[in-house]
Amino acid sequence: MSEKIYADIPGTVIFDAEQSRKGYHLNQFCMSLMKGPNRARFLADERAYLDEWPMSEDQKLAVLARDYNRMIALGGNVYFLAKIFATDGKSFQYAAALMTGMSQEAYAKMMLGGGRKVTDPIGDVNQGRAG
Amino acid sequence: MAHISAGIACSHVPAIGAAWDLGKDRDEYWKPLFDGFEFTKQWEKANKPDVVFLVYNDHATAFSLELIPTFAIGCGESFQPADEGWGARPVPVVEGAPELAAHIAQSVIEDEFDLTIVNKMDVDHGLTVPLSLMFGKVEQWPCKIIPFAVNVVQYPPPSGKRCYHLGKAIARAIKSFPEDLNVQIWGTGGMSHQLQGPRAGLINREWDNAFLDRLIEDPEELSKMPHIEYVREAGSEGVELVMWLIMRGALSEQVDLVHRFYHVPASNTAVGHLILKNRD
Repeated sequence: MSEKIYADIPGTVIFDAEQSRKGYHLNQFCMSLMKGPNRARFLADERAYLDEWPMSEDQKLAVLARDYNRMIALGGNVYFLAKIFATDGKSFQYAAALMTGMSQEAYAKMMLGGGRKVTDPIGDVNQGRAG
Repeated sequence: MAHISAGIACSHVPAIGAAWDLGKDRDEYWKPLFDGFEFTKQWEKANKPDVVFLVYNDHATAFSLELIPTFAIGCGESFQPADEGWGARPVPVVEGAPELAAHIAQSVIEDEFDLTIVNKMDVDHGLTVPLSLMFGKVEQWPCKIIPFAVNVVQYPPPSGKRCYHLGKAIARAIKSFPEDLNVQIWGTGGMSHQLQGPRAGLINREWDNAFLDRLIEDPEELSKMPHIEYVREAGSEGVELVMWLIMRGALSEQVDLVHRFYHVPASNTAVGHLILKNRD
Protein backbone atom coordinates (compact mmCIF):
# COMPACT_ATOMS: atom_id res chain seq x y z
CA MET A 1 0.00 0.00 0.00
CA SER A 2 1.16 3.52 -0.63
CA GLU A 3 1.88 5.77 2.35
CA LYS A 4 -1.37 7.01 3.86
CA ILE A 5 -1.93 10.63 4.83
CA TYR A 6 -2.59 9.60 8.42
CA ALA A 7 0.54 7.44 8.71
CA ASP A 8 2.51 10.18 10.51
CA ILE A 9 0.04 10.72 13.37
CA PRO A 10 1.97 9.53 16.41
CA GLY A 11 0.69 6.70 18.57
CA THR A 12 -2.30 6.09 16.30
CA VAL A 13 -3.39 3.27 14.01
CA ILE A 14 -6.31 4.18 11.78
CA PHE A 15 -8.72 1.27 11.40
CA ASP A 16 -9.06 1.39 7.64
CA ALA A 17 -9.98 -1.28 5.09
CA GLU A 18 -6.47 -2.77 5.21
CA GLN A 19 -6.45 -3.09 9.01
CA SER A 20 -10.02 -4.38 8.94
CA ARG A 21 -9.06 -7.14 6.53
CA LYS A 22 -6.06 -8.14 8.68
CA GLY A 23 -8.13 -8.11 11.84
CA TYR A 24 -11.30 -9.75 10.57
CA HIS A 25 -11.12 -12.97 12.63
CA LEU A 26 -9.66 -11.22 15.68
CA ASN A 27 -12.52 -8.73 15.70
CA GLN A 28 -15.14 -11.40 15.04
CA PHE A 29 -13.76 -13.42 17.98
CA CYS A 30 -14.28 -10.27 20.08
CA MET A 31 -17.88 -10.02 18.87
CA SER A 32 -18.55 -13.55 20.15
CA LEU A 33 -17.88 -12.26 23.69
CA MET A 34 -21.11 -10.29 23.59
CA LYS A 35 -22.87 -13.48 24.62
CA GLY A 36 -22.66 -14.44 28.30
CA PRO A 37 -22.10 -18.18 27.75
CA ASN A 38 -19.21 -17.42 25.36
CA ARG A 39 -17.64 -15.07 27.91
CA ALA A 40 -17.79 -17.87 30.50
CA ARG A 41 -16.29 -20.40 28.11
CA PHE A 42 -13.49 -18.01 27.10
CA LEU A 43 -12.57 -17.25 30.70
CA ALA A 44 -12.59 -20.95 31.60
CA ASP A 45 -9.96 -21.81 28.95
CA GLU A 46 -8.79 -18.84 26.88
CA ARG A 47 -6.36 -20.75 24.69
CA ALA A 48 -8.90 -23.44 23.78
CA TYR A 49 -11.51 -20.80 22.95
CA LEU A 50 -9.08 -18.84 20.79
CA ASP A 51 -8.09 -22.01 18.94
CA GLU A 52 -11.66 -22.25 17.65
CA TRP A 53 -10.98 -19.12 15.59
CA PRO A 54 -8.87 -18.89 12.42
CA MET A 55 -6.71 -16.13 13.91
CA SER A 56 -2.94 -15.87 13.51
CA GLU A 57 -0.77 -17.14 16.34
CA ASP A 58 0.44 -13.54 16.89
CA GLN A 59 -3.13 -12.37 17.31
CA LYS A 60 -3.89 -15.15 19.80
CA LEU A 61 -0.75 -14.39 21.84
CA ALA A 62 -1.62 -10.69 21.90
CA VAL A 63 -5.09 -11.53 23.26
CA LEU A 64 -3.68 -13.87 25.91
CA ALA A 65 -1.20 -11.13 26.97
CA ARG A 66 -3.96 -8.45 26.86
CA ASP A 67 -1.52 -6.43 24.75
CA TYR A 68 -4.03 -4.04 23.23
CA ASN A 69 -1.54 -2.02 21.21
CA ARG A 70 -0.31 -5.24 19.64
CA MET A 71 -3.88 -6.33 18.91
CA ILE A 72 -4.48 -2.97 17.23
CA ALA A 73 -1.30 -3.34 15.18
CA LEU A 74 -2.59 -6.75 14.06
CA GLY A 75 -5.91 -5.38 12.87
CA GLY A 76 -7.97 -5.09 16.06
CA ASN A 77 -10.32 -2.18 16.50
CA VAL A 78 -10.84 -0.71 19.94
CA TYR A 79 -14.64 -1.03 19.87
CA PHE A 80 -14.27 -4.76 19.19
CA LEU A 81 -11.41 -5.14 21.67
CA ALA A 82 -13.69 -3.52 24.25
CA LYS A 83 -15.53 -6.86 24.41
CA ILE A 84 -12.34 -8.41 25.82
CA PHE A 85 -11.80 -5.87 28.57
CA ALA A 86 -15.53 -5.86 29.34
CA THR A 87 -15.27 -9.63 29.77
CA ASP A 88 -12.39 -8.96 32.19
CA GLY A 89 -14.63 -6.50 34.05
CA LYS A 90 -12.41 -3.57 33.05
CA SER A 91 -13.42 -0.10 31.87
CA PHE A 92 -12.50 1.87 28.78
CA GLN A 93 -10.40 4.12 30.96
CA TYR A 94 -8.46 1.11 32.29
CA ALA A 95 -7.73 -0.05 28.75
CA ALA A 96 -6.85 3.43 27.50
CA ALA A 97 -4.41 3.93 30.38
CA LEU A 98 -2.79 0.56 29.63
CA MET A 99 -2.30 1.51 25.97
CA THR A 100 -0.56 4.76 26.93
CA GLY A 101 1.81 2.97 29.31
CA MET A 102 0.57 5.11 32.21
CA SER A 103 -0.86 3.87 35.49
CA GLN A 104 -4.62 4.18 35.65
CA GLU A 105 -4.22 6.78 38.41
CA ALA A 106 -1.82 8.91 36.35
CA TYR A 107 -4.05 8.59 33.30
CA ALA A 108 -7.20 9.54 35.25
CA LYS A 109 -5.33 12.54 36.63
CA MET A 110 -4.29 13.59 33.13
CA MET A 111 -7.93 13.40 32.03
CA LEU A 112 -9.11 15.44 35.01
CA GLY A 113 -6.45 18.00 34.08
CA GLY A 114 -8.01 18.39 30.63
CA GLY A 115 -6.55 15.39 28.80
CA ARG A 116 -3.56 14.93 26.54
CA LYS A 117 -2.75 18.00 24.44
CA VAL A 118 -2.21 17.62 20.70
CA THR A 119 1.32 18.97 21.25
CA ASP A 120 2.16 16.66 24.17
CA PRO A 121 4.80 14.03 23.46
CA ILE A 122 3.61 10.43 23.23
CA GLY A 123 5.04 8.28 26.03
CA ASP A 124 7.43 5.39 25.49
CA VAL A 125 5.11 2.41 25.50
CA ASN A 126 6.28 -1.19 25.44
CA GLN A 127 2.87 -2.57 24.57
CA GLY A 128 2.63 -3.68 20.98
CA ARG A 129 6.36 -3.68 20.25
CA ALA A 130 7.05 -7.38 20.62
CA GLY A 131 7.31 -9.58 17.53
CA MET B 1 -47.32 18.24 7.94
CA ALA B 2 -44.38 17.04 10.01
CA HIS B 3 -41.81 19.64 10.95
CA ILE B 4 -38.38 19.73 12.56
CA SER B 5 -38.56 21.94 15.64
CA ALA B 6 -35.00 21.62 16.91
CA GLY B 7 -31.62 19.97 16.57
CA ILE B 8 -29.61 18.60 19.46
CA ALA B 9 -25.94 17.72 19.57
CA CYS B 10 -24.56 15.51 22.30
CA SER B 11 -21.67 13.16 23.02
CA HIS B 12 -22.39 9.52 23.88
CA VAL B 13 -19.84 7.98 26.25
CA PRO B 14 -20.53 4.46 27.64
CA ALA B 15 -19.23 5.49 31.09
CA ILE B 16 -22.00 8.13 31.26
CA GLY B 17 -24.57 5.36 30.90
CA ALA B 18 -22.80 3.25 33.53
CA ALA B 19 -22.58 6.20 35.96
CA TRP B 20 -26.25 6.91 35.44
CA ASP B 21 -27.36 3.28 35.79
CA LEU B 22 -25.31 2.83 38.99
CA GLY B 23 -26.72 6.02 40.54
CA LYS B 24 -23.37 7.82 40.49
CA ASP B 25 -24.74 10.91 38.73
CA ARG B 26 -24.48 13.03 41.90
CA ASP B 27 -20.87 11.95 42.61
CA GLU B 28 -18.25 14.70 42.59
CA TYR B 29 -16.79 13.36 39.32
CA TRP B 30 -20.06 13.12 37.39
CA LYS B 31 -22.15 15.95 38.87
CA PRO B 32 -20.76 18.77 36.67
CA LEU B 33 -21.53 16.69 33.57
CA PHE B 34 -25.10 15.79 34.55
CA ASP B 35 -25.73 19.37 35.71
CA GLY B 36 -25.09 20.48 32.14
CA PHE B 37 -28.16 18.51 31.06
CA GLU B 38 -30.54 19.70 33.80
CA PHE B 39 -31.69 22.58 31.62
CA THR B 40 -32.20 20.19 28.73
CA LYS B 41 -34.36 17.77 30.69
CA GLN B 42 -36.72 20.61 31.62
CA TRP B 43 -36.63 21.98 28.08
CA GLU B 44 -37.49 18.56 26.65
CA LYS B 45 -40.51 18.34 28.98
CA ALA B 46 -41.73 21.74 27.77
CA ASN B 47 -40.99 21.00 24.10
CA LYS B 48 -41.80 17.32 23.95
CA PRO B 49 -41.20 15.86 20.47
CA ASP B 50 -43.41 13.23 18.89
CA VAL B 51 -40.41 11.67 17.18
CA VAL B 52 -36.64 11.94 17.55
CA PHE B 53 -34.55 11.20 14.46
CA LEU B 54 -31.44 10.02 16.27
CA VAL B 55 -28.14 10.01 14.38
CA TYR B 56 -25.59 7.86 16.19
CA ASN B 57 -23.01 5.22 15.56
CA ASP B 58 -23.01 1.58 16.47
CA HIS B 59 -19.90 0.44 18.35
CA ALA B 60 -19.42 -3.13 17.10
CA THR B 61 -22.79 -4.09 18.54
CA ALA B 62 -25.48 -4.52 15.88
CA PHE B 63 -22.91 -4.35 13.08
CA SER B 64 -19.83 -6.53 13.31
CA LEU B 65 -17.34 -6.74 10.43
CA GLU B 66 -19.85 -8.96 8.63
CA LEU B 67 -21.77 -5.91 7.49
CA ILE B 68 -20.69 -2.26 7.58
CA PRO B 69 -23.39 0.05 6.23
CA THR B 70 -22.34 3.67 5.84
CA PHE B 71 -25.85 4.98 6.55
CA ALA B 72 -28.54 2.71 8.06
CA ILE B 73 -32.07 3.82 8.94
CA GLY B 74 -34.02 1.86 11.53
CA CYS B 75 -37.51 1.22 10.14
CA GLY B 76 -38.55 -1.39 12.72
CA GLU B 77 -41.34 -1.14 15.30
CA SER B 78 -38.97 -1.42 18.24
CA PHE B 79 -35.30 -1.81 19.09
CA GLN B 80 -33.84 -3.57 22.14
CA PRO B 81 -31.03 -2.05 24.23
CA ALA B 82 -27.99 -4.22 23.50
CA ASP B 83 -25.74 -6.30 25.72
CA GLU B 84 -22.37 -4.78 24.79
CA GLY B 85 -20.41 -7.17 26.98
CA TRP B 86 -21.35 -5.67 30.34
CA GLY B 87 -25.03 -6.74 30.15
CA ALA B 88 -27.82 -4.62 28.63
CA ARG B 89 -28.47 -1.16 30.08
CA PRO B 90 -31.61 -1.09 32.26
CA VAL B 91 -33.40 1.40 30.03
CA PRO B 92 -36.74 1.21 28.21
CA VAL B 93 -37.17 -0.47 24.86
CA VAL B 94 -36.84 2.02 22.01
CA GLU B 95 -40.13 2.35 20.14
CA GLY B 96 -39.64 3.16 16.47
CA ALA B 97 -41.70 5.27 14.09
CA PRO B 98 -41.94 2.82 11.18
CA GLU B 99 -44.25 4.84 8.96
CA LEU B 100 -42.22 8.03 9.13
CA ALA B 101 -38.97 6.05 8.84
CA ALA B 102 -40.19 4.24 5.73
CA HIS B 103 -41.26 7.57 4.22
CA ILE B 104 -37.85 9.10 4.97
CA ALA B 105 -36.06 6.07 3.50
CA GLN B 106 -38.03 6.28 0.26
CA SER B 107 -37.67 10.05 -0.05
CA VAL B 108 -33.95 10.18 0.79
CA ILE B 109 -33.07 7.30 -1.56
CA GLU B 110 -34.99 9.01 -4.36
CA ASP B 111 -32.94 12.07 -3.43
CA GLU B 112 -29.81 9.99 -4.27
CA PHE B 113 -28.64 9.04 -0.77
CA ASP B 114 -28.52 5.25 -0.82
CA LEU B 115 -29.48 4.21 2.68
CA THR B 116 -29.42 0.72 4.13
CA ILE B 117 -32.78 -0.21 5.62
CA VAL B 118 -32.73 -2.08 8.94
CA ASN B 119 -35.87 -3.61 10.38
CA LYS B 120 -34.25 -5.49 13.23
CA MET B 121 -31.26 -4.43 15.30
CA ASP B 122 -30.24 -3.85 18.89
CA VAL B 123 -29.17 -0.35 19.86
CA ASP B 124 -26.12 0.35 21.99
CA HIS B 125 -24.93 3.17 24.26
CA GLY B 126 -24.45 5.42 21.23
CA LEU B 127 -28.22 5.72 21.09
CA THR B 128 -29.35 5.10 24.67
CA VAL B 129 -26.90 7.41 26.50
CA PRO B 130 -28.20 10.55 24.72
CA LEU B 131 -31.78 9.43 25.52
CA SER B 132 -30.89 9.12 29.23
CA LEU B 133 -29.21 12.54 29.21
CA MET B 134 -32.16 14.31 27.56
CA PHE B 135 -35.07 12.48 29.20
CA GLY B 136 -33.67 11.21 32.52
CA LYS B 137 -34.82 8.08 34.30
CA VAL B 138 -38.18 7.10 32.82
CA GLU B 139 -40.39 4.03 32.61
CA GLN B 140 -40.72 4.57 28.91
CA TRP B 141 -39.16 7.06 26.51
CA PRO B 142 -41.56 9.98 25.96
CA CYS B 143 -41.52 9.74 22.16
CA LYS B 144 -40.89 7.50 19.18
CA ILE B 145 -37.32 7.20 17.96
CA ILE B 146 -35.87 6.56 14.50
CA PRO B 147 -32.33 5.20 14.91
CA PHE B 148 -30.00 6.33 12.15
CA ALA B 149 -26.62 4.59 12.32
CA VAL B 150 -23.53 5.99 10.59
CA ASN B 151 -20.33 4.04 10.07
CA VAL B 152 -17.55 5.88 11.87
CA VAL B 153 -15.76 2.73 13.07
CA GLN B 154 -14.04 1.64 9.86
CA TYR B 155 -12.22 4.48 8.12
CA PRO B 156 -13.24 6.36 6.09
CA PRO B 157 -16.58 7.45 7.46
CA PRO B 158 -18.76 9.51 5.10
CA SER B 159 -17.39 13.00 4.49
CA GLY B 160 -18.64 15.99 6.45
CA LYS B 161 -20.03 17.43 3.24
CA ARG B 162 -21.93 14.24 2.44
CA CYS B 163 -23.36 14.22 5.95
CA TYR B 164 -24.39 17.87 5.74
CA HIS B 165 -26.21 17.36 2.45
CA LEU B 166 -27.83 14.18 3.73
CA GLY B 167 -29.22 16.25 6.59
CA LYS B 168 -30.88 18.52 4.03
CA ALA B 169 -32.40 15.53 2.26
CA ILE B 170 -33.72 14.19 5.58
CA ALA B 171 -35.30 17.58 6.29
CA ARG B 172 -37.02 17.56 2.87
CA ALA B 173 -38.33 14.08 3.61
CA ILE B 174 -39.67 14.96 7.06
CA LYS B 175 -41.37 18.12 5.80
CA SER B 176 -43.20 16.13 3.13
CA PHE B 177 -44.72 13.63 5.61
CA PRO B 178 -48.48 14.34 5.82
CA GLU B 179 -48.96 13.70 9.55
CA ASP B 180 -48.66 16.69 11.89
CA LEU B 181 -45.60 15.68 13.93
CA ASN B 182 -43.06 17.57 16.00
CA VAL B 183 -39.71 16.02 15.08
CA GLN B 184 -36.33 16.69 16.66
CA ILE B 185 -33.10 15.61 15.02
CA TRP B 186 -30.18 14.68 17.22
CA GLY B 187 -26.53 14.34 16.19
CA THR B 188 -24.45 12.38 18.68
CA GLY B 189 -20.84 11.30 19.24
CA GLY B 190 -17.60 13.19 19.77
CA MET B 191 -16.23 15.54 20.81
CA SER B 192 -12.45 15.21 20.86
CA HIS B 193 -11.35 11.81 22.10
CA GLN B 194 -8.96 9.03 21.27
CA LEU B 195 -9.54 5.64 22.85
CA GLN B 196 -6.70 3.68 21.33
CA GLY B 197 -2.94 3.44 21.28
CA PRO B 198 -0.25 5.49 23.02
CA ARG B 199 -2.01 8.73 22.06
CA ALA B 200 -5.19 7.77 23.98
CA GLY B 201 -6.59 10.53 26.17
CA LEU B 202 -6.28 13.25 23.57
CA ILE B 203 -8.56 16.23 24.21
CA ASN B 204 -8.60 19.50 22.28
CA ARG B 205 -10.73 22.05 24.09
CA GLU B 206 -9.94 24.96 21.75
CA TRP B 207 -10.64 22.95 18.62
CA ASP B 208 -13.89 21.56 20.07
CA ASN B 209 -15.17 25.01 20.95
CA ALA B 210 -14.26 26.37 17.52
CA PHE B 211 -16.17 23.39 16.06
CA LEU B 212 -19.23 24.32 18.15
CA ASP B 213 -18.99 27.97 17.01
CA ARG B 214 -18.75 26.99 13.37
CA LEU B 215 -21.48 24.36 13.63
CA ILE B 216 -23.86 27.03 14.89
CA GLU B 217 -22.81 29.89 12.63
CA ASP B 218 -21.20 28.54 9.48
CA PRO B 219 -21.93 24.84 9.02
CA GLU B 220 -21.49 24.90 5.25
CA GLU B 221 -17.82 25.88 5.54
CA LEU B 222 -17.33 23.49 8.45
CA SER B 223 -18.72 20.64 6.37
CA LYS B 224 -15.71 20.96 4.03
CA MET B 225 -13.25 20.01 6.76
CA PRO B 226 -11.35 16.87 5.68
CA HIS B 227 -11.25 13.76 7.89
CA ILE B 228 -7.54 14.12 8.45
CA GLU B 229 -8.09 17.33 10.41
CA TYR B 230 -10.60 15.62 12.73
CA VAL B 231 -8.18 12.75 13.32
CA ARG B 232 -5.16 14.98 13.96
CA GLU B 233 -6.91 17.58 16.08
CA ALA B 234 -9.76 15.69 17.75
CA GLY B 235 -8.31 12.16 17.91
CA SER B 236 -9.00 8.95 16.03
CA GLU B 237 -12.50 8.66 17.55
CA GLY B 238 -13.17 12.42 17.28
CA VAL B 239 -14.07 11.88 13.63
CA GLU B 240 -17.50 10.82 14.94
CA LEU B 241 -18.29 14.53 14.85
CA VAL B 242 -19.23 14.27 11.17
CA MET B 243 -22.55 12.93 12.48
CA TRP B 244 -23.35 16.32 13.98
CA LEU B 245 -23.34 17.74 10.45
CA ILE B 246 -26.31 15.52 9.51
CA MET B 247 -28.27 17.15 12.32
CA ARG B 248 -27.10 20.64 11.38
CA GLY B 249 -27.83 20.11 7.68
CA ALA B 250 -31.45 19.35 8.56
CA LEU B 251 -31.89 22.78 10.18
CA SER B 252 -32.28 26.26 8.73
CA GLU B 253 -29.17 28.19 7.72
CA GLN B 254 -29.63 30.50 10.72
CA VAL B 255 -30.62 28.89 14.00
CA ASP B 256 -31.34 30.11 17.51
CA LEU B 257 -28.99 28.81 20.18
CA VAL B 258 -31.04 27.64 23.15
CA HIS B 259 -28.36 25.90 25.22
CA ARG B 260 -24.62 25.24 24.99
CA PHE B 261 -22.50 23.09 27.30
CA TYR B 262 -18.96 21.73 27.24
CA HIS B 263 -17.25 19.54 29.81
CA VAL B 264 -13.99 17.61 30.16
CA PRO B 265 -13.67 14.78 31.03
CA ALA B 266 -16.25 12.03 30.86
CA SER B 267 -13.90 9.08 31.19
CA ASN B 268 -11.72 9.57 28.05
CA THR B 269 -13.90 12.06 26.23
CA ALA B 270 -14.79 15.73 25.88
CA VAL B 271 -18.54 16.19 26.07
CA GLY B 272 -20.25 18.84 23.99
CA HIS B 273 -23.95 19.62 23.89
CA LEU B 274 -26.12 22.07 21.96
CA ILE B 275 -29.83 22.76 21.59
CA LEU B 276 -30.53 24.61 18.35
CA LYS B 277 -33.98 25.90 17.47
CA ASN B 278 -34.92 25.53 13.85
CA ARG B 279 -36.23 28.64 12.05
CA ASP B 280 -37.79 26.77 9.12
